[in-house]
Amino acid sequence: MKKRILAILMVAVVMMLGITACKSGDKKEDDGLIKVGIINNDPNESGYRTANDRSMQEMFTEANGYKASYAYSLKNDEQIAAAQKFIQDEVDYLLLSAAGTSGWDTVLKDAKAAGIKVILFDRTIDADPSLYEASIVSDMAKEGETAVNWLKGQALKEYKIIHLQGVMGSAAQIGRSGALDATAKELGWTIVKQQTAEWSAEKAQQIVQSVIDSKQSFNVIYAENDDMAKGAVAALDAAGISHGVGKDVIIMGFDCNKWALEELLAKNWNYDGQCNPFQATYIHDIIQKLQKGETITEKTIILDEKGFDAATITQADVDNYGI
Amino acid sequence: MTTADTKKKNKPNVSELFGKIFKRQIFIPIAAVLVLLLFNLIVDPGFFSIELTRNSAGNPVLSGNLITILNNGSELAILVLGMTLVTAASGGQDISVGATIAIAGSIILRIVCGTDAKADSASFGIVLVAFLVACVASMAFGAFNGALVSIFKIQPMVATLILFTAGRSIAAWINNNQLPTVSDPSFGYIGGFIPGIPIPTPFIITVICIVLMALLLKFTNLGLYSQAVGINESSSKLNGINPIFIKFLTFVILGLCTAVCGLIKVSRVSGITYSVIAQDIEMDAILAVALGGNALGGGKFNMAASIIGAYIIQILTTTLYAYKIESTALSAYKAIVVIVLVIVSAPAVRNKTKAFFAKLKAKAAAERKEVA
Repeated sequence: MKKRILAILMVAVVMMLGITACKSGDKKEDDGLIKVGIINNDPNESGYRTANDRSMQEMFTEANGYKASYAYSLKNDEQIAAAQKFIQDEVDYLLLSAAGTSGWDTVLKDAKAAGIKVILFDRTIDADPSLYEASIVSDMAKEGETAVNWLKGQALKEYKIIHLQGVMGSAAQIGRSGALDATAKELGWTIVKQQTAEWSAEKAQQIVQSVIDSKQSFNVIYAENDDMAKGAVAALDAAGISHGVGKDVIIMGFDCNKWALEELLAKNWNYDGQCNPFQATYIHDIIQKLQKGETITEKTIILDEKGFDAATITQADVDNYGI
Repeated sequence: MTTADTKKKNKPNVSELFGKIFKRQIFIPIAAVLVLLLFNLIVDPGFFSIELTRNSAGNPVLSGNLITILNNGSELAILVLGMTLVTAASGGQDISVGATIAIAGSIILRIVCGTDAKADSASFGIVLVAFLVACVASMAFGAFNGALVSIFKIQPMVATLILFTAGRSIAAWINNNQLPTVSDPSFGYIGGFIPGIPIPTPFIITVICIVLMALLLKFTNLGLYSQAVGINESSSKLNGINPIFIKFLTFVILGLCTAVCGLIKVSRVSGITYSVIAQDIEMDAILAVALGGNALGGGKFNMAASIIGAYIIQILTTTLYAYKIESTALSAYKAIVVIVLVIVSAPAVRNKTKAFFAKLKAKAAAERKEVA
């Protein structure tokens, strides 16, 4: 009996402590910092995401006038839960790179009701545009077009292309495949092989190896990310097929990893298309405008994205744009 | 009269022979390999050509679809060595092997590349040290899984779910979330070709691993004990076997296998992508064990059949890549073949065919009696 009373007392004490702890946490510090809650995908997902997260971490510091909290998840429901928590914490801005496109209406309405401004980055969602202030996105189709236009500009006698696709149905795959498919059809380019390597270097290596083994000839490899281009090059090296500037096979990749741009600089590859992860400056500009009370006229902001040519790339480009 | 006699005499012999062959567990996987290869032979006779060419560095290398199959099936073949033992002893599967490969690969690159995530040179010594450290780490992760399964009696799939979920994040954390690359070509020899030797190195490593495993099974009681534990844990305990230790040991052995796979994987591309490396390999490894006709509920196993099962999966992958198949339909094609193979090699189906041939035999015997 004594023990039980003791236990109840202890539980009560712990609960009291908890409540007081919560209270002290709730006290709003008014230090003039803008509170931002950032919901992003897991930075381990890819080099792109790592660079994206780093750009956020560097921008939203106390020195720049921000107080930032981060939540990472590749799952939509976990992200929504994180958004609800940020709303309870009364952040000023909610920055969101959604894992999935749907299911966000309710939580964004809650945010609006609480006076929290929402800015989407990197990925769009299926929700009414009135629920967010701005959406900063990459135009994957435009990335594909830039690359295909570059390829068109090479004026090869004939185009025999191995097309290595990303995970089917992803935005990057749809955009980058779409551009090549359309132009190949229009100009009569031959697609020797079109297969998904699911962003994997090894699978890309096996696919290119199978084309080599079946003795089909090709002169362009259009890989939808750098890893797959790397895998393809490994297969070419094993078969003694030359690649790069002025060689037998043109190598094209996307994402501008630092090591990939170095391959360009060494003229082993020919082209690399950027998928811009440095979105923090864009978000910063928008927040500054909103703080001044200006309105954002253009809701969808498309990131500036370049394509690098091995013939013109410089060390400065590698340092500035490599991720 | 005499011809009719011999005919009647031969008939039961033939069915007996077939009955014996069908009874063998290894029959179905070998038949599956032959069917897949026959399909390729019919559709494209050039599928089997093997050539001696030179790679970019000017070294002789063998190339051709068969070489590609032997080369790329290596990791899976090494992995099923451990997976078969785990399945036999614990009656469950380790689904964390892909994540552990990522960890092993990440450790190797961490040591070779240091903190700048880039290495221009990789001496044999440092690669060896890196590999040994990765072996120890992978065995430690194997021991973690093994302890959960053997001591705490958690279902293997649930126990390994922990590392399955966390492993790739751990791998990324080891390298500070950078993506290290090695530009020294000699680092690529392990996953490619050693200058002067035209046989792919991964295949050589696989052969070494298989020989080591064969020796282990021949000269120790590991095989017998793990089957005994898998069939009946309490009766094996009564016979003086320590089931906890045997289960634990099989997981540690599997850990060692994953370290070897990790080395080959990172060497193939001289780098790593945490979310993509060895993706879904755990499912392929379980599938290989099943295709080998082994009961996934534990007990008796046939190592050779599992290894052939691993190569079946690779033949299937290479075959699908060799033909013009729509990207979106790739997994569907694979699934159809896998369903057929799994059903055919299921122990239940095998017992049915066994019964069928036994009946045939009895019928033939009865006929013989009638004649007499």
